Amino acid sequence: MPRSELVRRENRAGWFFVLPWVVGFLVFTAGPMIASLVLSFTDYQMIRSPNPVGFDNYRALFDDPRVLKSLSNTFVYAAMFVPLGTVAALGLALMLQRVGRASGFFRTAFYLPEMTPAVAAGAMFLLLLNGQQGLVNKVLGWFGINGPNWTTDPNWLKPSLAIVSLWTLGGTVVIYLAALNGVPRQLYEAAELDGAGPITRLFRITVPMISGALFFTVITNTIAAMQMFDQAYTMFYGPQQKAAASEESLVYMVYLFQNAFQFFKMGFASAMAWLLFVIILAITFVQVRIGNRYVYYHGER
Amino acid sequence: MTIPWRRLPFLALLIAATFLFVYPLVWLISASLKPRSQVFDNRLIPAVFQPQNYVRVWDAAPVLRWLVNSLTVGFMAAATVTLSSALVAFGFAYFRFRGRNLLFGIVLSTMMLPGAVTMIPVYLIWNRLGLIDTQIPLWAQNLFGSAFYIFLLRQFFLGIPRELFEAARVDGCGYLSMFRRIAFPLCKPALVIVFVFEFKASWSDLMKPLIYLQTPEYFTMPRGLKQLIDAFALSGHYEWEIAIAASVIAVVPMIVLFAFGQRYILDGVATTAQKG
Repeated sequence: MPRSELVRRENRAGWFFVLPWVVGFLVFTAGPMIASLVLSFTDYQMIRSPNPVGFDNYRALFDDPRVLKSLSNTFVYAAMFVPLGTVAALGLALMLQRVGRASGFFRTAFYLPEMTPAVAAGAMFLLLLNGQQGLVNKVLGWFGINGPNWTTDPNWLKPSLAIVSLWTLGGTVVIYLAALNGVPRQLYEAAELDGAGPITRLFRITVPMISGALFFTVITNTIAAMQMFDQAYTMFYGPQQKAAASEESLVYMVYLFQNAFQFFKMGFASAMAWLLFVIILAITFVQVRIGNRYVYYHGER
Repeated sequence: MTIPWRRLPFLALLIAATFLFVYPLVWLISASLKPRSQVFDNRLIPAVFQPQNYVRVWDAAPVLRWLVNSLTVGFMAAATVTLSSALVAFGFAYFRFRGRNLLFGIVLSTMMLPGAVTMIPVYLIWNRLGLIDTQIPLWAQNLFGSAFYIFLLRQFFLGIPRELFEAARVDGCGYLSMFRRIAFPLCKPALVIVFVFEFKASWSDLMKPLIYLQTPEYFTMPRGLKQLIDAFALSGHYEWEIAIAASVIAVVPMIVLFAFGQRYILDGVATTAQKG
C-alpha cells in the first residue's frame, strides 16, 4: 500500500471515531451558543416569534436590581465557600497524611456526603439548621452560643448555603491527599536538616509542591460556586415561594432559571447567561494569570 | 504495638471531622424512623420507632416510579456517555488526523462553558422535537460524549503501549476491533470511573428534571423529592417524617454504589486533578 493511502486511511479513521463528539458539539454546543447569543438580542418569550430589541436586554440586566442582587449573593457565597473550603480541605488532607494507614477509612468517611444528592442534602440541612429545634443550634447551645435562625434570618441564608456546600468537601480532600502523597520525602528531610520548623515546611515546601492541585480545585470550585443552583433552589425556592421571600438567598442561576422557565423571558435569560459566561471567563483569566506566577508543575523547568 | 502518641491529636481531630461529615446522614436515617412530633428531638435512637414512615411514603407519592425512573435515566446517561466518550477519546489518542489538535483544543475549551449559555436553545430543540415531558432529554446528549470524560479517557488510552495496537494491525485487526478488543478492555477501571461518575451526576441532577419533566409519573428521585417538599410547603402541613424517609430512599442507592465502587471512585477523584 502506498504511504499516502495509509495517511488517508488514518485520517478517515480518526474522524470516524471523533465524529460523535463533532456532531454533538455542532448540535448541542456551537449551534445553541449562537442561538442564545441571537436570542439575547430579542424579546423571545416562546409565545410569539422573537423580535429584535437591540441591546435592551443587556441594558435591562443593569436596571434590574435582582440581577445585581443575585450576582452579589453569588459572589458572597463563593467568597465564603471557596477560601474556607480550600483551607479546611487542606487542613484535613494534611492530618490524613499523618495518620498512615488509617487515612483510608477517613477518606471514605469524608467522601460520603459527596454521594448525597443535593436535593436530599438541602432537605436535610433545612431541618438540621432549623433555628428553634435544629441539631446545629442545639450543639452550639452546649457551648453557650445562641445560634441564629439559619434558614429564615436574611443575614444567615448565604452562610447556610455555604455550610451545605462545605459539607461536601470530601472530593477536594481526596485530591489534596493524592497531591500530598506525591511530594518527595527527601525535600522534608533536607529542610529539617536545615532547621526548618513545621510552619516553614508547610509554606515553603508543601504548599508550593501541591500548588498545581490547589490551583485546579480553586478554579473548578469557583466556577461551580458561580453556577450553584440545586441547594439554593431546594432550600429556598419553588412554586410555594412566598412573595415576601428574602432575596438574600437568590443566587444567579436561580434567578436565571426563573426568568427562563418560570417567566419564559428567554431573551432576557439568554443575556443573563452570557453575562455569567463573561464573568466566569474574567475570573478564570485572573486566576490563571495569578496561578502562572505561583504554580509549580512537576517536571517543568 | 506502640501507641503512636504523636499521631493522637490528629486522630482525635479527624474523628471529630468524621462526625461532622457522617453524623448528618446518621441523623437523617434515625429521624426517618421517628413519629412527626419527635423528628426534631435529635436523639440518636428514636424514643418511638415508626418504621411505617417508609410504608406511608409509598402512599404519599409514586416513590417506586421515581426510583425506577432515576435508575433508568442514570443507567442510560452513564452507559451512553461511557461508550461515546471512549470512542472519541480513542480517536484522539490513537490516530493522527488532520485538525486533531485544534479539535481537541475545542473539546477542552467547552469544559469552561457554563451550562446556562446553551440551556435555553437546547430546551427549544427538544421542544421542537416534541420530547418535553419525556426522559429522553435527560440523557440523549450523552450519546455524543462529554468533554471531561473524553479528556480523562484519552489520558488512559495514551498509557497503552502503541506496539500493542501495531501488533494487532499486523494480525489484520481493523480499527473498530482494535478499540473493542484492546483499548476498551485495558481501560476498564477508567471506564468504571466514568460510568460511576456519570451515574452519580445523573442521579443527583435537579436542574434538567425541573426543566424537562412535568408529569409526576416521569419524575426522577430528586425532582420527586423536591415536589414532595414543595407540596408540604404549599399546604402548610409539613409531614417531615415522610420527606425524610424519601430523602433516605434517594440517598441509599448512592451509598450502595459507593460501598461497591469506593476504590474506583476515590482513585478516580484523586487522578482527575493530577491529569488536569
